[in-house]
Amino acid sequence: MKTLSDLRAIKEKARKEMAAREQSAKYRVVVAMGTCGIAAGARAVMSAILDEINKRNIADTIVTQTGCLGYCDQEPLVQVAQADKETITYGKVTPEIARRIVVDHIAGDRIVSDHVFMQT
Amino acid sequence: MRELSLHILDVVTNSIEAAATRIIVFIEESIKHNYFRIRIRDDGRGMSEEMVKTVTDPFVTTRRTRKVGMGLPLLKQLAEACNGNLTITSAIGKGSEICVTMQHDHWNRPPLGDMAETVVNLIVGAPDIHFLYRHSTDAGHFTFDSIWFQARMAERNCTPYQLIGPAKEMIKQQLLQIEAGS
Ligand SMILES: Nc1ncnc2c1ncn2[C@@H]1O[C@H](COP(=O)(O)OP(=O)(O)OP(=O)(O)O)[C@@H](O)[C@H]1O
Ligand SMILES: [Mg+2]
Repeated sequence: MKTLSDLRAIKEKARKEMAAREQSAKYRVVVAMGTCGIAAGARAVMSAILDEINKRNIADTIVTQTGCLGYCDQEPLVQVAQADKETITYGKVTPEIARRIVVDHIAGDRIVSDHVFMQT
Repeated sequence: MRELSLHILDVVTNSIEAAATRIIVFIEESIKHNYFRIRIRDDGRGMSEEMVKTVTDPFVTTRRTRKVGMGLPLLKQLAEACNGNLTITSAIGKGSEICVTMQHDHWNRPPLGDMAETVVNLIVGAPDIHFLYRHSTDAGHFTFDSIWFQARMAERNCTPYQLIGPAKEMIKQQLLQIEAGS
């Protein structure tokens, strides 16, 4: 059994590690999880991204979720951001396209150009 | 949406957007007493009385990207189609609780679906949030705490991605043991 102070220590350690991971992350991936995104399959898209990242042992990428991005007809939407570079937003992402985003864009530094919805 | 676990993901996303730091998902289901209840509680920014009154109307949203909010109206409609209801208790600065009750054996009630996927994706995708999932049935109950996830990560010194498989497996096993999600 863990005591309350054990738990506090775990939380604190996790928070620090998370902050460090965020600091050093090369890529930030955001999956839109508003109602429209979820209805269009965003949960499976996120799972595919997480699974592919794990398979390839990628450590320098963080994946988070957000609400509606305002382009409901393009859902599921996935954004890939990198410091000092344009943010790429992929639209109508399927689990298969999501895996390609990890393999080509995140592991290979090549944008999956045929599925880009927006560049900002 | 074909699964209750997708609606749960949707409602929890509202809590995350409301800057919650602690979120509890509590599912109580009973075949004996014929009900399926989902309660989602957060410590986010909360809603005014006025907002609570109107939030299940699809034209209400505080988001600026789109004019209508769909999540809560959809879920309310579903609850009512399953001989149940949706209630919201909330106060500004205190947090919110969404409670959905449905008739367990109602033909309109979607299955629970992949709760393990919903929970684990939330823990990985919103790592700053203390997340608690509790599920009770006629056969028993269990709790999954995001602290478990963080403790394993610290112990094994691994990435969150490496724990997704084991965490999902654990939740699935526990749900099976209490005969949940039928
Ligand atoms: N847990 C919560 N805490 C604070 N405010 C909330 C919470 N849940 C909902 N709200 C408020 O109610 C509004 C409507 O929520 P709803 O889920 O129906 O739509 P939405 O989140 O705005 O958009 P959508 O779900 O369609 O992507 C939100 O914009 C928000 O202002
Ligand atoms: Mg919503």
